[in-house]
Amino acid sequence: MLIIINNVLTFVGLSGVLSTIIVIADYFLANYGDCKIDINGKREITVKGGSSLLTSLAEKDIFVSSACGGRGTCGLCKVKGIDGCGPLLPTEKPYMSPKELEEGIRLSCQVKVKRDLKIEIPESIFSIRKYKSVVTAIEDYTYDIKRIEFKLIEPNEITFKAGQYVQLESKRYGKVRQPVMRAYSVSSNPSHTDYIELIIRKVPEGIMTTFTHDHLKEKDEISFTGPFGDFYIRDTGTDMFFVAGGSGMAPFKGMLEELNEKKSKRRIVFFFGARTTKDLFLLEEMKKFEEEMHDFKFIPILSHPEPNDGWDGLTGYIPPYFEEHLRDPKNTEGYLCGNPGLLNASEKRMRELGIEDIYYDSFG
Amino acid sequence: MEINSFVIFIAAIFTSNILLTNFLGMCSYLSISKDMEASAGLGMAVFFVLTFTSGLNYLAYHYILVPLNLVYLQYIIFIIVIAAFVQLLELVIERFSPVLYYSLGIFLPLITVNCAIFGISLFMIIRNYTFIQSIAFGAGSGLGWLLAILALAGIRGKVREKMLPKGMNNAAISLIITGIMALAFIGFSGVVIIQ
Repeated sequence: MLIIINNVLTFVGLSGVLSTIIVIADYFLANYGDCKIDINGKREITVKGGSSLLTSLAEKDIFVSSACGGRGTCGLCKVKGIDGCGPLLPTEKPYMSPKELEEGIRLSCQVKVKRDLKIEIPESIFSIRKYKSVVTAIEDYTYDIKRIEFKLIEPNEITFKAGQYVQLESKRYGKVRQPVMRAYSVSSNPSHTDYIELIIRKVPEGIMTTFTHDHLKEKDEISFTGPFGDFYIRDTGTDMFFVAGGSGMAPFKGMLEELNEKKSKRRIVFFFGARTTKDLFLLEEMKKFEEEMHDFKFIPILSHPEPNDGWDGLTGYIPPYFEEHLRDPKNTEGYLCGNPGLLNASEKRMRELGIEDIYYDSFG
Repeated sequence: MEINSFVIFIAAIFTSNILLTNFLGMCSYLSISKDMEASAGLGMAVFFVLTFTSGLNYLAYHYILVPLNLVYLQYIIFIIVIAAFVQLLELVIERFSPVLYYSLGIFLPLITVNCAIFGISLFMIIRNYTFIQSIAFGAGSGLGWLLAILALAGIRGKVREKMLPKGMNNAAISLIITGIMALAFIGFSGVVIIQ
């Protein structure tokens, strides 16, 4: 008995002493005092030093986009470091193009605020806010895809471009102790400024999608930040190819609703990929767009139709079908949203066909 | 043990190089050795940590565990001491030398789980070294590790990866090079032997 107590006491004592030393050291050593961050030479914020630039900015309600939540895996949170950011880290290098390296672009989640900084960020970031909202509708589109509607509470209005995305913040549930942030494209029409709608597909074991599919209920309050992203329709008047797979439908739904409302005269071909007929959704809405819009065609393509599906439409991969609908590659823009495999294959085929303007958001 | 500390120091570098004779600390050795600069950084960090933790663990063993009859706790205590020391070192370096932190600091978390560090602490206990001998052994082993990873990084820089058969690049060729290096180091073994 004495031995056991002796054991435990020594072990706990030693660990205790060591952790105390670390805590004390952390208090004195990692205390960088207040640091000033100069943004675009126009505004200056004062933050407590020691944490990452991304979180320091977020504390002051400046939300640099980040899909991974600051783990350095998505490469989205780029800012231009003018002064005081320290040398480029090996963790940042893989995400930088040679041009960005030259300009001094940095990942804000990897830069630690230790002294006064000078940075440059796009002005549009200042319109990004944190929104409080309440869930007003949850609807099943397919067995794994849901439509969720969020009515804004504070602020009660949002301005965004169709195709942009927001970052939803999960709440604690079950064994998940830390809230997580994940990016989803807004699927509602931007002319409705008092609510947003997201289309979310359940990822097996996904922390966020388990939350949205199994725990989130109507009337729940939930926060998101946004809008982010450069994925929106360029106002050029060219033909447009939309390519989406599964829940990649989301941004296009918003775009189509807006284009339809504005009576756009542009020619649009929408290639939509799914596995089986069970994965198809919004078919009636697409039919309605085909009837109402000037020149819109919806082309669903199934990769693995089942024999008893009774499917008589197109099958296989999407990219081989581009060519027959292409009129003038120089006068066509590609808009892509879906998994990386679909994005890469579609972009490759479009470039082969001579389409130069291709837009997409890749969510790390 | 009646061996001169200096002899232990030299022997730990050459004749019983921790990496090339015991093959300890292989994981970070294989993964970081592509690049000379990173290898030097990691090697320096290992040298630093080894020198200090061998001394600290000596004190913990002889002044805490032995008097309390808790020698069997050495494994867990050594690991805690190493982890705490690395944490502390990281904090200190980050604060006082940003330059050193960027070249060395990012490797420190890798070192906590480096088996060479733990191995040295166990060897010095088994071999009954004195305090001075332990530190000499730790510092020597650290320098030996640094030497080995620098040599491998240098050799890998000269190997034209395109000429290698498929599947032989990266870890496979590194292991072969390490094997040949280990054979070459046997040449030192006539000088002094400590184990």
